[in-house]
Amino acid sequence: MSLDTAKVRSIAELARIEVADDQLPHLAGELSKILTFVAQLAEVDTDGVQPMTSVAAMTLAMRDDVVTDGGYPDKILANAPEAAEGFFTVPKVVE
Amino acid sequence: MSALTDLSIAEAAARLAKGEFTAVDLTRAHLARMDAGRRLNAFITETPDLALAQAAESDARRAKGQAGTLEGIPLGIKDLFCTEGVQTTAASRILEGFTPQYESTVTANLKKAGAVFLGKLNLDEFAMGSSNTTSAFGPVENPWKRKSDPAAKLVPGGSSGGSAAAVAARMAMGATGTDTGGSIRQPAAFCGITGIKPTYGRCSRWGIVAFASSLDQAGPMARTVEDCAVLLSAMAGHDPKDSTSAPMPVPDFARALSGDIRGLKVGIPVEYRPQGLSDEVAKVWDLGVEWLKDAGATPVEISLPTTRHALPTYYIIAPAECSSNLARYDGLRFGRRVEGKTLDDMYRKTRAAGFGREVRRRILIGTYVLSAGYYDAYYAKAQKVRRLIADDFAAAFQKVDVILTPTAPTPAFAIGENTDDPVTMWLNDVFTIPTSLAGLPGLSLPAGLSADGLPLGLQLIGRPFDEETVFRVAGVMEKAAAFTARPQEV
Repeated sequence: MSLDTAKVRSIAELARIEVADDQLPHLAGELSKILTFVAQLAEVDTDGVQPMTSVAAMTLAMRDDVVTDGGYPDKILANAPEAAEGFFTVPKVVE
Repeated sequence: MSALTDLSIAEAAARLAKGEFTAVDLTRAHLARMDAGRRLNAFITETPDLALAQAAESDARRAKGQAGTLEGIPLGIKDLFCTEGVQTTAASRILEGFTPQYESTVTANLKKAGAVFLGKLNLDEFAMGSSNTTSAFGPVENPWKRKSDPAAKLVPGGSSGGSAAAVAARMAMGATGTDTGGSIRQPAAFCGITGIKPTYGRCSRWGIVAFASSLDQAGPMARTVEDCAVLLSAMAGHDPKDSTSAPMPVPDFARALSGDIRGLKVGIPVEYRPQGLSDEVAKVWDLGVEWLKDAGATPVEISLPTTRHALPTYYIIAPAECSSNLARYDGLRFGRRVEGKTLDDMYRKTRAAGFGREVRRRILIGTYVLSAGYYDAYYAKAQKVRRLIADDFAAAFQKVDVILTPTAPTPAFAIGENTDDPVTMWLNDVFTIPTSLAGLPGLSLPAGLSADGLPLGLQLIGRPFDEETVFRVAGVMEKAAAFTARPQEV
């Protein structure tokens, strides 16, 4: 399995990580090598095998649909790179 | 004279109870060792003032007759556990300066038991690595040295490398680690200490910076089996804030150390002698089997045929979960932000500046294997193979009570080695990853030294939630191994 630089650029875009153009060929090489390594799974016969989504042999517990936490906006905002009037702030998203 | 920093947790607890010294004395002794060993770079954040204040409070509690099971015991905390009011970085630039407003469940449990926290320990960035060289705060150095080349700086293993180095160098009596594919067991082996990844669900994941949520599990690292047992009893327990935390009572694990393993069946997997396994590791494994036979246990050959597919399975599942977990680092709510012209531009620039190379690589792989058109070929396929791996173990545990394997294929390597190719580095975890995929408890203990003077570890794997058998067998092996070697500089 090999990825070209255009594909790597589109993966990086999906992951929202900026990658400089001159880094794309090296990264494509690394990622292709990893995909070649994991491709060996194709030889395992998994017909009729149910995917394992959790090792915990239990069903998730239901809880009462009530508020059990909250009421401390200052703590929530304490680590914000930028906050104003009780809100997180972001660059303008509407033109 | 035996220094306070050489005591086991069990010995220190007994002598604190007798009033032979105070928690403040014990904490001071460890802070002095931290000063002397700072070159190892085991800590990202040291909190000496906080530690002394906690130690004084501990002494006051003891005076009032309110001593917990870990009263006054100085511990190091892997910098992946959120600690209220103390910077938590996950060894990443993207979280630099992040100060949690809450305490993780595991560290809160340790505090409740009376422990004193010395500071936050170095690790691979977001716990992704096997050598502690991906940390944004620089690599950790293993306190052990090669006899043939004492100048070479060796890795402590990873990702809990700071935890292992600090415990081996007597800076902390014990430490918390986390293990996703071997991150407690491999560094424990490289640094000549003991560590256990308990069954998935035994310890709450709440407040631990997430890497791969279906695999991540916290556990203790210390210098004796008994100390790990005492620590795990304090750390574990059901927590409604983690939906995968097991609603089960926590045994007093130290009581499992009966010393009697007569009649126990110990599985020896035939597939665990891959190419690249060092002769010395193979020899110490054989020795381990002899010790168990001498103690009245019976070795039984078992087969875990899907094991050879465990690494590629892991390197699909773990990056997939990581890409989704690490989506939260958006420069918006916590951690670092790099301004951009648009919101998307801010995300891209923040994440490019904040993540190191290994983390970026895993996010990209994870994004790819989860993307439309590739999901079934990679992610769904890996989940199916994961079930086969777990089924292998379940079948083996029909015949045996515990499984013995090496922990890592080689002793500690030098900083800078194994870095040309990510896949070579990943081979370090070939013996630990299958256990993680199956969610089983795995313990590593030091079993001997290589000819070059480096520790070699053996791994014991148990049935789900049967840490007690693992501890019981480990106690017997620890006695037989009589591992008293110490790092050259300690």
